Amino acid sequence: MTPPKIIRKAREKGLQIIAITDHNSAENIPAFNALKYEDIKVFAGMEITTSEEVHVLALFEDYEEIKPLQEIVYETLEGAEFDDRLGYQLVVNEKEEILSFVKRPLIGATKLNVFEIVKLIHRYNGLAIASHIDKEVFSIISQLGFIPEDIIFDGLEVSVYTDINEAEKRFGNLKAPLIRSSDSHHLHEIGRAYTEFFINAPSLEEIRKALRGEDGRRVL
Amino acid sequence: MKISDIVKPLELESLTEDFKDREIRGAYVSDLLSDVMANARSGDVWITLQTHINVIAVATLKALPAVIITNNRRPDDETIKKANEEGVALFKTNLTTFETAGRLYQILKAG
Repeated sequence: MTPPKIIRKAREKGLQIIAITDHNSAENIPAFNALKYEDIKVFAGMEITTSEEVHVLALFEDYEEIKPLQEIVYETLEGAEFDDRLGYQLVVNEKEEILSFVKRPLIGATKLNVFEIVKLIHRYNGLAIASHIDKEVFSIISQLGFIPEDIIFDGLEVSVYTDINEAEKRFGNLKAPLIRSSDSHHLHEIGRAYTEFFINAPSLEEIRKALRGEDGRRVL
Repeated sequence: MKISDIVKPLELESLTEDFKDREIRGAYVSDLLSDVMANARSGDVWITLQTHINVIAVATLKALPAVIITNNRRPDDETIKKANEEGVALFKTNLTTFETAGRLYQILKAG
């Protein structure tokens, strides 16, 4: 999973928009900016772990926009320094060279709760998507039983393990629209699930409109 | 066994103003609210680390008379307010979940 390989795979799978959402980190986004390609839009993202251990996807137009949130998440991550015996948390560049090893415990959780995280994502103009709500752990529903009324998600993600018709049956009554995506942790998983949007351009603003069903934009 | 019987041995600090001293039938330990919704039985005391307001909704739904939050975690005011409204006895303790559950197990088996 390096930036050039991810782009190549996404292209091969016919994806036009992808989001890079490392756990609690956005440090690998700049490498994508340094690559030269025009056919695939890359959103700057993070999969944030809240204090309840709910995973929330934060999606932003670009790296500059996500930076302030990245800093807050880093400051509030709990846990001991990451131990290399668990593997490596790498920051790489566009040439697949290792720039640094992240020592913060990205596998841990922030001190901020899901309400606070969603509010922060919105303050910095991002989209807040509840991750894999069909999963038995780390989802808003597994951790909190149901979605609290005061938390406004822009979308709810289901994993590759739930097809969209089943998802509609199980979660269709929830307020936010459903999307399905791959949650790829390995190259071969890219494109195994995806969502089609009817939009005018590959921008976060257009996706926002589609999720809200505004101006003729919609989730297909 | 009543709620008041476990306050001292489990070193509980009551967060709700006063509580109905209801009967305890057993206990359930889990930090996944979905799991509690599926598997806790009415009359169980619920031991958890979670402090979100949804804890109270799940406790009400499952007719759990008391919730114990362990490890010196403090729920926010909203959660405490909701517990007062719903008549759920809400406690915190400095003990770990293991210690809390262990002590309660012994009391329930003896009682």
